[in-house]
Amino acid sequence: METATPISIIEPRVALSPWRLFWQRLKRRKIAMTGGIILIFLYAVSLFAGFISPYRYDHLDTNYSFRPPQWPRFQGIHLVVPRTESGTGTFVYQTISTDTRPLHFFIRGDEYKLFGFIPCSIHLFGTGDENYPVYLFGADQFGRDVFSRILYGSQISLSIGVVGILLSFAFGMIIGGISGYFAGRTDTVIMRFCELIMSVPALYLIISLRNAFPPDMSSSKIYAMIVIILSFIGWASMARVIRGMTLSLREQQFVLAARAMGQSHLRVICRHILPNTFSYVIVAATLSVPYYILGEVVLSFLGVGIQEPQASWGNMLSAAEDVNYLQHYPWLLAPSAAIFVTVLAFNFLGDGLRDAADTKS
Amino acid sequence: MIPLLLGVSLLTFALMAMSPGNYFSALKQNPQISPETIARLQAQFHLDKPWYVQYFYWLENVCRGNFGYSMAYKIPATSLILSRLWNTFTISFVAMVIAWAIAIPLGIFAAVKRDSWIDRGSSLIAFVGLSISEIVLALLALWFAAVTGWFPIGGAASPLHDLMSPLQQFCDYGYHLILPALVLAASDVAGIMRQMRSNLLDTLHAEYITAARARGLGEGWVIYKHALRNAVNPLLTIFGYSLAGLLSGAFIVENIMAWPGLGRLTMEAFFAKDSYLVVDCVVMATALLVVGNFVADLLLAWSDPRIRLE
Repeated sequence: METATPISIIEPRVALSPWRLFWQRLKRRKIAMTGGIILIFLYAVSLFAGFISPYRYDHLDTNYSFRPPQWPRFQGIHLVVPRTESGTGTFVYQTISTDTRPLHFFIRGDEYKLFGFIPCSIHLFGTGDENYPVYLFGADQFGRDVFSRILYGSQISLSIGVVGILLSFAFGMIIGGISGYFAGRTDTVIMRFCELIMSVPALYLIISLRNAFPPDMSSSKIYAMIVIILSFIGWASMARVIRGMTLSLREQQFVLAARAMGQSHLRVICRHILPNTFSYVIVAATLSVPYYILGEVVLSFLGVGIQEPQASWGNMLSAAEDVNYLQHYPWLLAPSAAIFVTVLAFNFLGDGLRDAADTKS
Repeated sequence: MIPLLLGVSLLTFALMAMSPGNYFSALKQNPQISPETIARLQAQFHLDKPWYVQYFYWLENVCRGNFGYSMAYKIPATSLILSRLWNTFTISFVAMVIAWAIAIPLGIFAAVKRDSWIDRGSSLIAFVGLSISEIVLALLALWFAAVTGWFPIGGAASPLHDLMSPLQQFCDYGYHLILPALVLAASDVAGIMRQMRSNLLDTLHAEYITAARARGLGEGWVIYKHALRNAVNPLLTIFGYSLAGLLSGAFIVENIMAWPGLGRLTMEAFFAKDSYLVVDCVVMATALLVVGNFVADLLLAWSDPRIRLE
């Protein structure tokens, strides 16, 4: 549709599998590949968040509340970090450029668990001196490093999108498949329920779902709760589309053949019908991940999601909700850049996947 | 429509029942309030009964146009909700008008001058616009308002609002409305613009357009009289989606920019555990969406005679 490709002379070649064809078409789309590479980078960083970040997410130093961002600078061939001073009771910092400490790599610092289970205390960089902190993106009101907290927050935000999608799409595909396959009354009941869910504006539904859970829970329970809430809303639209596709697929000969062979209903749905919807599902999933990430951000931002001191992009932004903070310490908005880059990368990749999956063009 | 609203209210009521504690749980900690008083108040609000009984009490009242009594605000919920609903309606409506006024001409332009720098530029902006969430935009707007001082920071009225003449009050309201409405509109522009562009491109490829050109009609006539009319119909169908997005977007914008709408009321009621008010808000927001979709259907029937015939 977008560009008319000239008809080339058909060369005899080995038939490629659909996945190979898909991959070849995808590789030609630069924007999609850029999005994919950015995402791989972001996920790698979040996997090694504890190692890359100079501090732990809850490392606080109230001597450095609202310290502005400061990058290490070169002094000769060494990277150095200058000391900063503030008058008592104010958050105006002065850099003392003569008093510096060198920046060390692979330095010991706060304890953390690599990949969530390997105890470790080596950090990629740092000064190893409390009086010479490296705050790349500045510090928040408790003197916590915004950069480190963004990295720790990415572990939550980036994983919640994928886990949420897996759950809600698996659910949506099976329910949609059942609904379309059996049709009739089952179909009517399921579809009415989907319409019910889809007719409530998403955030209002999210809040009333949040209402069903106790306000204070452990952080892992809150994580699970957010995934459940977002999936509960997400599966409906998926189920509707899959149901529509199943309705037409079930009349196809290969499905009739499978049924004539006496295969069970569940097997026909899972082995014969649903695989035919995969190309749609993958595209839709990639384009939906941003909504899950933003869902977590909104919940945490409103104070009903991930709780302090745990870092999440949403609850970091809620510090910026205070206009006084926002006006004087704009680096508190740094997590929004992380959100933006992530969402943009998913949109790039999803758009390219959609074009690549569209075999008609 | 009515069964849908019944279903939504039943669902929210059921969810509410699963939540531990109610508005009075916090009062129980207060030694100055006797347990008897709390028990009496709970009985008065039917909170001592199972949730489905509560639901029927609530439903009975709603049928009489009474949305109950807000426990946290100590005023009847009906007036509270209607004023908040009006605010949410105005902000969504103004945002929608702004968004469509920007997006439609831009989309037409991008399609007509396809592959020009304007097309590329606007599609890049659309991509960026689709990726910026309302939270970020609203915070940036708040920051902008704080730094420049050109716009009020939050709220819908100045402190002196009650002393103003009706005209001044109207201007004051508009002055407070404009920034949140712009933020809300900005998040909607990208989607509509892309849709408009691809619709118009599709119709420009149609054979009747080639035929019209072959007859020697002017390019302007072909685009505005033949192509555009047929490209508008799919847009009316996305009106519904756009409205759903606006209502959710308004929820965020209201909460960040302190616009006293339904979304902010929902959060306030949520934190106060004012459960009936939360249900009322959710049902009202759904009703707004359903009515909006109904209007979209009417518009579609008005613009497309084929649908009227069916």
